[in-house]
Amino acid sequence: MGADFVQFSLTPLLIGVLAAIACALPGNFLILRRQALIGDAISHVVLPGIVVAFIITGTISAIPMLIGAAGAAVVAVILIEAVKRLGRIEPGAAMGVVFTSMFAGGVLILEQTDTSKVHIDVEHALMGNLESLIWFRAEGWHSLLDPAALATLPHELPRIAIVCAIVVVLTLVFWRWLKIATFDEGFAQVLGIPVSALGFGLVVTAAVAAVAAFDAVGSIIVIAMFICPPAAARLMTNSLEHQIWWSVAFATLSAILGYVFAGYGPLWLGATNAVSAAGMIATASGIILGLACLFGPHRMRIGVGKEPLG
Amino acid sequence: MAAQDGRVTYPAVASVSDAPLTVRGVTVSYGEKPAVFSVDASFPAKAMSAIIGPNGAGKSTLLKASLGVIPRLSGEVHVFGQPIEQARDRIAYVPQRASVDWDFPTTVVDVVQMGLYRKIGLLRRLSGQMKAWALECLDRVGMADFADRQIGQLSGGQQQRVFLARALAQDADLYLLDEPFAGVDAATERAIIDVLELLKAGGKALVSVHHDLSTVREYFDHVFLINVRRIAEGPVETAFTTENLQATYGGRLAATHLDELSLARGV
Ligand SMILES: Nc1ncnc2c1ncn2[C@@H]1O[C@H](COP(=O)(O)OP(=O)(O)OP(=O)(O)O)[C@@H](O)[C@H]1O
Ligand SMILES: [Mg+2]
Repeated sequence: MGADFVQFSLTPLLIGVLAAIACALPGNFLILRRQALIGDAISHVVLPGIVVAFIITGTISAIPMLIGAAGAAVVAVILIEAVKRLGRIEPGAAMGVVFTSMFAGGVLILEQTDTSKVHIDVEHALMGNLESLIWFRAEGWHSLLDPAALATLPHELPRIAIVCAIVVVLTLVFWRWLKIATFDEGFAQVLGIPVSALGFGLVVTAAVAAVAAFDAVGSIIVIAMFICPPAAARLMTNSLEHQIWWSVAFATLSAILGYVFAGYGPLWLGATNAVSAAGMIATASGIILGLACLFGPHRMRIGVGKEPLG
Repeated sequence: MAAQDGRVTYPAVASVSDAPLTVRGVTVSYGEKPAVFSVDASFPAKAMSAIIGPNGAGKSTLLKASLGVIPRLSGEVHVFGQPIEQARDRIAYVPQRASVDWDFPTTVVDVVQMGLYRKIGLLRRLSGQMKAWALECLDRVGMADFADRQIGQLSGGQQQRVFLARALAQDADLYLLDEPFAGVDAATERAIIDVLELLKAGGKALVSVHHDLSTVREYFDHVFLINVRRIAEGPVETAFTTENLQATYGGRLAATHLDELSLARGV
């Protein structure tokens, strides 16, 4: 592991790990709040955001696209909340209504406007381009100390690193609120915790993490990371604190294993081409979840769905 | 069986506005029909008060609206003379069969520690002293042996006691309890009542929704009868009467049943 590793694998690995952690952290709470599908919802509503950002700015540069995507995600979150309240329907259905209509709206705008110049690549959106995020100027580990080389790091890396750091800090700061409000919303209200704002903040944070991660790694990983590592982690422990650590470990493991298998697995099996790292990372997280379902110490949860008496 | 056994007497409450809980003109509606209509109530200090009424009378709704958990259409609520926002540290609430996520990754002692949140805030760590206090609260409800169980892996009565322990941990001045005896066995009921009496002896005010009319006289000092509207309110001796109960339950209680309660008839 030397210069080649730093040049070709270090940045995609780091980006993969950071994206996985940024999504898995809020995923823990989204799963416990039965809102895990929000990742899926966000991946759909990003399309109209990007199209509108293109129409307004006329460019396909990353920053306006990201802002458009994040804006669309926030609009979607507000709409889901509104549909839920006004229509008095369950959250899953509200999400379904909002994300399909926004996705359809995105397709409509795309058709109605002259966006033929934009190449909205479905495969890119789905799989990202993790393998291409290489560090051209790196010549070895010493490049990590070389400002000129560092300046050529793929932009996705600092971006996802900042988002991941924000997610970590928010999770730490609002830990107690999130835990109490997710476990017992009524009690949280009595304590004076602003539960609605907190729920909204959680989903917006998740949306921002999702958008930053899409950009780098595509929607497949994002959807998988919101669900698989936290769900697997839940089967390992009965403590939320430990669950969070397990989910971070599983997210990291999925990213590393997935990346390595995608690059070398097919070669070991005698094939000549590597497979998509994003697909492989998502698969790895699914396999980890499968193993946790089979062997996790807390997979037989006695209280599941038990309605209290009286 | 009236005031000799050390019960506090009223209505000489110093000032109603300083009472642990006062409710004025509170109306709550979930849809078209109000669940609680224009209710006035005042619950006295250093006493156990019962909220009594049939299923669907709006008892839980009144508690939740008092706590600001559900919005009220109108009315005012004061806790020790202050708006609820300024008195949150002084209130503890035990919901009717807590609507928690029973599958949540949390242990019994963890749940009790949640009661300490107002004291430690968002960021401070739990001190050893506070951990010991949480265990002591658990011990007081006889659940210390279950400290490390996942919360869903308890019986209904055990779960009820854990939520009582969480309320104890809050070390409040006003305890609002929604049917603390629902679905618990006789020994547990005794254990819970002992805990509550201890709180009362410590000068706390307790307000509890209660269904078992046969124990009202034994457990409570003050009653509040409700059926959407306020029916009656006052010390057990004067307010817990056949007439008031008939009015509350809409004549659905048989006369023989009422006799068994050996009620004061219009004392
Ligand atoms: N979340 C809700 N949505 C709609 N209606 C509700 C809701 N909660 C309660 N209600 C209605 O409001 C009325 C009062 O309910 P509440 O729970 O306050 O009754 P209660 O006196 O506590 O009854 P119980 O003795 O059964 O606990 C009932 O008619 C009930 O159907
Ligand atoms: Mg009730």
